[in-house]
Amino acid sequence: MKRTQRKRKEQLFIWICRAATWSAIAILLTLLFHVMREGIEWLDLQFLDSFPSRKPERAGIKSALWGSVWLIGLTAMISIPLSIASALYLEEYAPKNRWTRIIEINLANLAAMPSILYGLLGLAIFVRYFDLESSLWSGSLTLSLLVLPVVVIAAKGSIRSVPLSIREGAYALGARRWQVVFYQVLPSALPGIMTGIILALSRAMGETAPLIMVGALSYIAFLPEGPSDPFTALPVQIYNWASRPQDEFHGLAAGGIIVLLILLLTLNAGAVFIREKLQRYKS
Amino acid sequence: MLSRWIDHTVHLLLALCVVITILTTLVVIVLLGKESILFFQQVPLWDFLLGTRWEPLLEPKSFGVLPLVVGTLKIVFGSIVIALPLGLLIATYLSEFASTRFRSTVKPVLEILAGIPTVVYGYFALTFVTPIIRTLFPDTQIFNAASAAIVVGIMILPMISSLCDDAFQALPGSLREGAYALGATQFEVAVQVILPSAAARVGAAVILALSRAIGETMAVTLAAGATPQISLGFLESIQTMTAYIVQVSLGDIPADGIEYLTCYAVGLLLFIMTLIMNIIGNHFITQTRKLHL
Amino acid sequence: MNDRLVDKQISLEARDLSISYGEKQVIQQVNMKISSHQVTAVIGPSGCGKSTLLRTINRMNDFIPTFSMEGEIIFQGRNIYGPYSDPGVIRQKIGMVFQRPNPFPKSIYKNVIWGPKINGYTGDLQELAEDALKRAALWEEVKDRLNESALRLSGGQQQRLCIARAIAMNPDVILMDEPCSALDPSATARIEDLIKELRDNYTIVIVTHNMQQAARISDQTAFLYEGDLIEYGVTKKIFTQPDKKKTEDYITGRFG
Repeated sequence: MKRTQRKRKEQLFIWICRAATWSAIAILLTLLFHVMREGIEWLDLQFLDSFPSRKPERAGIKSALWGSVWLIGLTAMISIPLSIASALYLEEYAPKNRWTRIIEINLANLAAMPSILYGLLGLAIFVRYFDLESSLWSGSLTLSLLVLPVVVIAAKGSIRSVPLSIREGAYALGARRWQVVFYQVLPSALPGIMTGIILALSRAMGETAPLIMVGALSYIAFLPEGPSDPFTALPVQIYNWASRPQDEFHGLAAGGIIVLLILLLTLNAGAVFIREKLQRYKS
Repeated sequence: MLSRWIDHTVHLLLALCVVITILTTLVVIVLLGKESILFFQQVPLWDFLLGTRWEPLLEPKSFGVLPLVVGTLKIVFGSIVIALPLGLLIATYLSEFASTRFRSTVKPVLEILAGIPTVVYGYFALTFVTPIIRTLFPDTQIFNAASAAIVVGIMILPMISSLCDDAFQALPGSLREGAYALGATQFEVAVQVILPSAAARVGAAVILALSRAIGETMAVTLAAGATPQISLGFLESIQTMTAYIVQVSLGDIPADGIEYLTCYAVGLLLFIMTLIMNIIGNHFITQTRKLHL
Repeated sequence: MNDRLVDKQISLEARDLSISYGEKQVIQQVNMKISSHQVTAVIGPSGCGKSTLLRTINRMNDFIPTFSMEGEIIFQGRNIYGPYSDPGVIRQKIGMVFQRPNPFPKSIYKNVIWGPKINGYTGDLQELAEDALKRAALWEEVKDRLNESALRLSGGQQQRLCIARAIAMNPDVILMDEPCSALDPSATARIEDLIKELRDNYTIVIVTHNMQQAARISDQTAFLYEGDLIEYGVTKKIFTQPDKKKTEDYITGRFG
């Protein structure tokens, strides 16, 4: 082949690659634009402050919004200590042998397990076996199991990147292992761990299937007062509206999506903020 | 001594937390296995695996899972056809051609795409993609495999592009330099040198993405319909394994009925399929990572 | 220098000390008495086991799974590796400064007081920090920015901070593992001056690959070669008229 021909082929290829990359960005923008266009007219205070209703113009996301807040709060409370503790154990205490390797493979597989299977698990264990029924407990425990492996993997990576010299310095001052782990290693690893936690919680916030499985209802005309109350959540409400044939309900779904995306954005912005604050001493 | 005592207690407490993660897997396996055994006591395994009619809710009941598997495979096939070429091109562009600045802007954008909840993709499929398909092909049903496959493809696109990008980046620079020194063009380097060298990890990325597509639930529930059937067309309604599980749980299911048990049988199949793919995928990635270090 | 030797007291003593990592023996049958309030330098070519020897003294090798040892290290009349000895307590009395400065990613002040604080120090921490920083000749440079991140200090300052951190524990012994190897010549000179001053209050054992440094700052010198203690004695004598041929070869730069 002639040189000029090869050159032309090269240029063409680069253009195709560039087009592919821009198309991904275009898809994201299209999606956001579509949701905005469909949902913005439904988005008002009444929408935020009303319970679901059979009449679209009176329907709102009050119970779903608060349900999601409850869920994420409980999930965070359950999963954060557990996952940080697990990561600390695996990185700082556990001997590196066959068992820890099996645990690691296990974690990777759990992290990639379809969320609906967590739903089946929650349904059988929390809803039925422990008789928690379709309560916030069942929902948040199920979501906790779902985010646990993701956070543990992220936290492990962050803990591993704390330099050995810091541990040595602490031990050389007569520190106990728990003092080294909790006063030196953990604070150093915290920014990275926080990022992992927030990412996982955002994922939990958008999860729908497991919540449907444990019986999150879409018609809830009251706010939960405690973790034993039944609940609905934003994504479940969105699903419910989206699955109806009428256009008005699709508009409501889009309005709900806008609120959900704003919540996710806030959560992630919070993560960046916390990380920056915690990183102050890391020159 | 107090602080020594604390040391041991802390050790023990932390170990306890790890037990929970292991317990999760065990419980999943035991549970799926237990309920599935109950199911298979009533329905022979072969009828389940090879049967071609899935009608567990209507009389006469029939428990052939193949229609659900075919529905799932349609989504998987359709999504990978979209995501693999696009993902490879994006990864190539980011890794080989783009400026660092462009790269560091686009990567977060792709992460946003990956972070959008699946129910949102379902909504997008139903209200945006399906109408477009129906304008192009007026015969298309409201619920159809094509629309769901397209959004599932979009969903797994960031996964493929970022795993492939990692794979390309992990290759030593000398590989490229060697080829350029022989007068190769960027196209030739990308297609004939980079891609084959990273083939194992690209393969792993594809496997992991496939597993993700198999387990994807909300988009297919919303957009692909609830008609379990064996067919070749993409423009008609189907049902996937995951969508079936959701469908059953949306109705009030009695805990002892066969309907409840079908969920676990289908769940077990889903678990086995994704587990095998994840193990293979993760194994490939760690293996090749070791090679490059 | 000689008058120091007259009233010397033994601070640390290694008896028949052998150390292995797995199958590989790195220190063989070392016997060595280290005098208090003196600077003892351990020299030798790289890989001769000098860092291993040092890290064994305050049990920093406990973390290496393959580490094993025979013999005893006696400190204050008791074996450091005895059945009732507590590595945490030992490290409080035997401090350590590492090859590369390793300040914690915290403020300068918190770096200094961290050790005393976790070990239950009840006195005035502020006072303690000031005293330690003064002794480490760092106070003047940092007194106005104690709450700044320690990672903003220069390499030499960071190393002096690590020395201050060790001093704040009020140890008997300070072990230094090539403390100047990552520093430039002027920072090195400051640390060397500091070490000479610290001798009055602490027993110092310093590992160095730099023979000039050993000659400049130490009272006693031990020459270690392939895990054997070849020669050990007054620094001046080791460097001017060593007993062993091997020592002479090393000192004069014939190998190493």
